[in-house]
Amino acid sequence: MTGPRPALETAAMVRAGEEQAVDVLEHHLAVIEAGEESVHAFNLVTVDLARAQARAVDATVAAGGDPGPLAGVPVALKDNMCTRGVPTTCSSRILDGWRPPYDATVVTRLTEAGALLIGKTNMDEFAMGSSTESSAFGTTRNPHDTTRVPGGSSGGSAAAVAAGFAPLAIGSDTGGSIRQPAALCGVVGMKPTYGTVSRYGLVAFASSLDQIGPFATSVADAALLFDVIGGHDPLDSTSLNRPTPRVLSVLDDGVDGMTVGVLAELLEGAAPDVVERVSQAAEALAAAGARVEEVSVPEVTLGLSAYYLIAPGEASSNLARYDGVRYGLRVDAEDTVAMNTATRSEGFGPEVKRRIMLGTYVLSAGYMDAYYNQALRVRTRIIEGFDAAYTRCDVLLGPTAPTTAFAIGAKVDDPLAMYLSDVCTIPSNLAGHPAISVPFGPGADGLPVGVQVLGPALSEGTLFRVATVIESAAPLLAAPRITTGTRA
Amino acid sequence: MAGPARLTREDVAHVASLARLHLTEDELELYTHQLAEVLDHAADVASLDLHGVAPTAHAMAVTNVLRTDEPHPCLDRDEVLAQAPSVEDHRFRVPRILGEAP
Repeated sequence: MTGPRPALETAAMVRAGEEQAVDVLEHHLAVIEAGEESVHAFNLVTVDLARAQARAVDATVAAGGDPGPLAGVPVALKDNMCTRGVPTTCSSRILDGWRPPYDATVVTRLTEAGALLIGKTNMDEFAMGSSTESSAFGTTRNPHDTTRVPGGSSGGSAAAVAAGFAPLAIGSDTGGSIRQPAALCGVVGMKPTYGTVSRYGLVAFASSLDQIGPFATSVADAALLFDVIGGHDPLDSTSLNRPTPRVLSVLDDGVDGMTVGVLAELLEGAAPDVVERVSQAAEALAAAGARVEEVSVPEVTLGLSAYYLIAPGEASSNLARYDGVRYGLRVDAEDTVAMNTATRSEGFGPEVKRRIMLGTYVLSAGYMDAYYNQALRVRTRIIEGFDAAYTRCDVLLGPTAPTTAFAIGAKVDDPLAMYLSDVCTIPSNLAGHPAISVPFGPGADGLPVGVQVLGPALSEGTLFRVATVIESAAPLLAAPRITTGTRA
Repeated sequence: MAGPARLTREDVAHVASLARLHLTEDELELYTHQLAEVLDHAADVASLDLHGVAPTAHAMAVTNVLRTDEPHPCLDRDEVLAQAPSVEDHRFRVPRILGEAP
């Protein structure tokens, strides 16, 4: 087997008994062995677990059974999803060594579908960041240029797919943490409608915004993965108990007759080469029969500010549980409050502390109405703005990120500049809407550009149809060439 | 509507103690500057007149999610306690919580 092969093809071959899952796995472990030192996509490569799963898949096929739609396909899992008995760190020292006593629902669904869980991927600490640089375990590097960031917070998952370590990966997206790294690493990444993928076992960052979604090298493979992980889960009280859109079956239905709105506010502030790629994607959709028009949703310009009040507010509450009592790190002290303080001060990194303090401040007496409640009202306005646009448009189009991948270290000392990387992706999280990032050729510097398709709640089928057309028109992007064992 | 007063070093120190974080003098200085910058950016939101606009806490709110009241297995106690930093008699053990040691 040479080069990356679509997950759809691998699963079909394994199910048909034409290829062994153990061989698929060993191929990917060899690719990881060759490239991981340069990329650092993983916190942990779960060799034994994946080998056991591969043997089980092969045994099922040998016995005449069907292991499922992801039979023998290696999947990399962001390290903020619980895996029973397997360390789950959120790239934080405060959870270093913790082995969860249960599996996240996505892990259960992947396993039941025949997937091989190949490793836990690096991320910004507790998913707070846009570059994977806030990880306590070192930065992940972009496989297209190892001096650049992979984006974040799911940078390890995006890099793993871009580097060929796994055909598929799972990430979580609170303000763009799937789509932005997908764009920067030249892979497909999708944030589903809030509530379509269970959050049970996803370590909470900002509960009203967090959503799990797929990474893949193609739109079709992302569709395959979304169909497996989506669907109602009684273990998550925010899980939508209504039919989840199935996407794999509608991929090739085209865009003829659709109205695509190019979202003007997302183009503001984007680099000229990125804007140019969005225009080309819009032309491709027009050529395929869509009506393309420019649309303005002025409210989305308030998204960044609203997000950086709401998400830290929720995070400060969610992260109160790391107190040194029940799991993870404890730094001993004379009484419990001193122990709590010592543990948190040593266990959390600077970005997490920054967000906890920001969140605590905006929720504190005297400021809650001016900041937090005000941001919740802005959230209403953003939803109303989108709703108005979707009375005329089926989907909206824009860049996923304002620029291509930036240099490692370029923004670590300037939190606000880092936060601005999420300006194009945040509005969908605030609205609970789905959005997908599709690679669309290189930018002026030769690095990947992502084009983002946004849609209303539960419009995943439409998004994947549009994404398929965009993908088919995408300019060629050079495959990553990772220098084995050394930095490029 | 005027925005709230600018964040001070004392505010940050107070917030850190509420959040059970100990900050060094240098951290206090740095965070005061950085958090003030983020809050300045948020002035566009804080200064809007949104009187009468209902807040949205959840974009896809679902209500009254209940399950039938039937017993079912929960997490294994020993497996859970095995992850705790300190355990005694099947309970989480913590340092003293009141003013005097027992």
